[in-house]
Amino acid sequence: MTTTEPEAATRAGAPAAPGSAPAVAVDAGARRPRVLRRGGRGGGNGDGAPVARLTWRRALRRDWQLYTFLIVPLVFLLVFRYLPMAGNIIAFRRFRPGSSIFGDEWVGLYYFEAFITNQQFWSVFWNTVILGGLTLAICFPLPIVLALMLNELRSRRYKRLVQTISYLPHFMSIVIVAGLVMQLTAVNGTVNQIVEAFGGDAVSFMQRPDWFRSIYVSSEVWQTVGWGTILYLAALTTIDQQLYEAARIDGANRWKQTWHITLPGIRPTMMVLLILNIGSFMAVGFEKVLLLQNPLIYSTADVISTYLYRVGIQSAQFSYGTAIGLFEALIGLVLVLTANGISRRVTGASLW
Amino acid sequence: MRREGGALRDGRGYRVFRVVNAAALAAVCLVTLYPFVNLVAKAFSSEGFIAAGEVNLIPRGFNTATFAAVMGDPLFWTNYRNTVVYTVLGTLIAMAITTTYAYAISRSHLKGRSFFIGIAVFTMFFSGGLIPNYVLVANVLGWRNSMWAIVVPGALSVFNLLVMKSFFENFPAELEEAAAIDGLSTYGVFARIVLPLSKAVLATMTLFYAVGLWNSWFSAFLYLDDKELFPVTVYLRNLIAAATGTESVTGGAGGDAVQIGANIQSVTMLLTVLPIICFYPFIQRYFVSGVMLGSVKG
Repeated sequence: MTTTEPEAATRAGAPAAPGSAPAVAVDAGARRPRVLRRGGRGGGNGDGAPVARLTWRRALRRDWQLYTFLIVPLVFLLVFRYLPMAGNIIAFRRFRPGSSIFGDEWVGLYYFEAFITNQQFWSVFWNTVILGGLTLAICFPLPIVLALMLNELRSRRYKRLVQTISYLPHFMSIVIVAGLVMQLTAVNGTVNQIVEAFGGDAVSFMQRPDWFRSIYVSSEVWQTVGWGTILYLAALTTIDQQLYEAARIDGANRWKQTWHITLPGIRPTMMVLLILNIGSFMAVGFEKVLLLQNPLIYSTADVISTYLYRVGIQSAQFSYGTAIGLFEALIGLVLVLTANGISRRVTGASLW
Repeated sequence: MRREGGALRDGRGYRVFRVVNAAALAAVCLVTLYPFVNLVAKAFSSEGFIAAGEVNLIPRGFNTATFAAVMGDPLFWTNYRNTVVYTVLGTLIAMAITTTYAYAISRSHLKGRSFFIGIAVFTMFFSGGLIPNYVLVANVLGWRNSMWAIVVPGALSVFNLLVMKSFFENFPAELEEAAAIDGLSTYGVFARIVLPLSKAVLATMTLFYAVGLWNSWFSAFLYLDDKELFPVTVYLRNLIAAATGTESVTGGAGGDAVQIGANIQSVTMLLTVLPIICFYPFIQRYFVSGVMLGSVKG
């Protein structure tokens, strides 16, 4: 079903080409079904019959040019998005490089058992959960706070200046961010200079497992907090100003106005972003972790995705790696669906 | 705006808060900018001062020789040119796919529309994962050491697609109807009416893709072994990895090893981000409006 429909559409679309151009042009004007029906009756040609539902044949005849727009993108989605999804099958089949990409023989849950009984896997699993949890707990609320602070500024120019500056890190390559982090946390970097100014001893941060989480989360805050305010600021502009006036007449101070009007006003935005963040919980900044980690700090800095990269790609254990990736993706999907379901029931806001 | 009505004056606590708030935001700006200022200072300093930890905001031992050295490295230039090529080509491919798809799924009378939207949106929540993608690109398509591995697989961002779709949806239908009555085909309407009137959103999406490609490194890291094909981000990553690699080997005392390259690293980083820094003040508002557009209608 998923694949036949678009293909059928394009295949059937092509023969309709010659001579149907004027018909298309007329129908293209008939955007709304009501107009279409009138046009069909008035024209009185061919298809006839009371137009209850638009059949595929009629749709293709009328919109074949529009369907041709879909061909390349659908082929793209099929090859680069859905084929890899089907490729997950090698998590259940033994894959040998050089033979079929869908594996050679069924091995059931062999690879899943392999990683679930693997001590190292559980270590990276908990690292992922802790790092993801910390990121969510700190990087989700801070943009809301910053947006509220920006919203309190009277000077538009100052507000714009702060926004321009705080958005900047978002445009940096992750490689640059990792480079900056390493320079700042180097033994004679700025952070250690501050530590020494307060009488402490220089710490080789990037070689100490106990520091990795703080460094990762701080750099994540630095890079994302400003950009994260955009949607909240957009939501803030949609709040009815009369609500504030009414509240002030009733004697509400600024804090009460924020609590009773502003926060409820941006709650749908908060919920949608929270759900999205929860969905990417397991995929904690794979590229950044990969760039920042080194073998000395694996005990806290190795997460599922980097472990998967090492065993799956570097050691070429494709089936094993795929099983881990599938496990990770399924957790992400379940988290999104759960969060969305809860949110829809409790607050009425949801992604779909 | 909220000043109106003398009776409703702000309380004293709120006025204090406003001062504190403005100061706190100034602090946020300083913290955000510091790493960049530090980077520039290091790029223009001599290695000795950096190693001694004496370079913070102002360059010490002014030195531009490293710029000449980095720019004199043929590999750096090759990789820089690769980045430009990948960015331009990748953006063109991505825009072609995104624009046509977004236009088709924005037409409310298109039969099967919700299905076509759905299959794109689903990929936001579930994907094939690293290994199946790798197997596809490297083994099935045979794109190891090929630029196609960099410019094609990421060519559709569903977020960009949805932003464009909602833009096209808000397009005045009368214009297209009029054009169709005047004899333009769907292709004609798209090329001669819709695209010229969508310059704002097209520019925004082009920027989104271009910045993403300029900054990307992982697909190149994954699929390319040939140094001559690397984008500049991988060149930079190897430079940093080489420095930290030495540090890990020498252990805790070996902070010097990193600093040997600190000046070169800073120069390379600066040259890599230079185009973005230069264009940033001009492109930033496009990005903001693009994100806003996306938020209006999911």
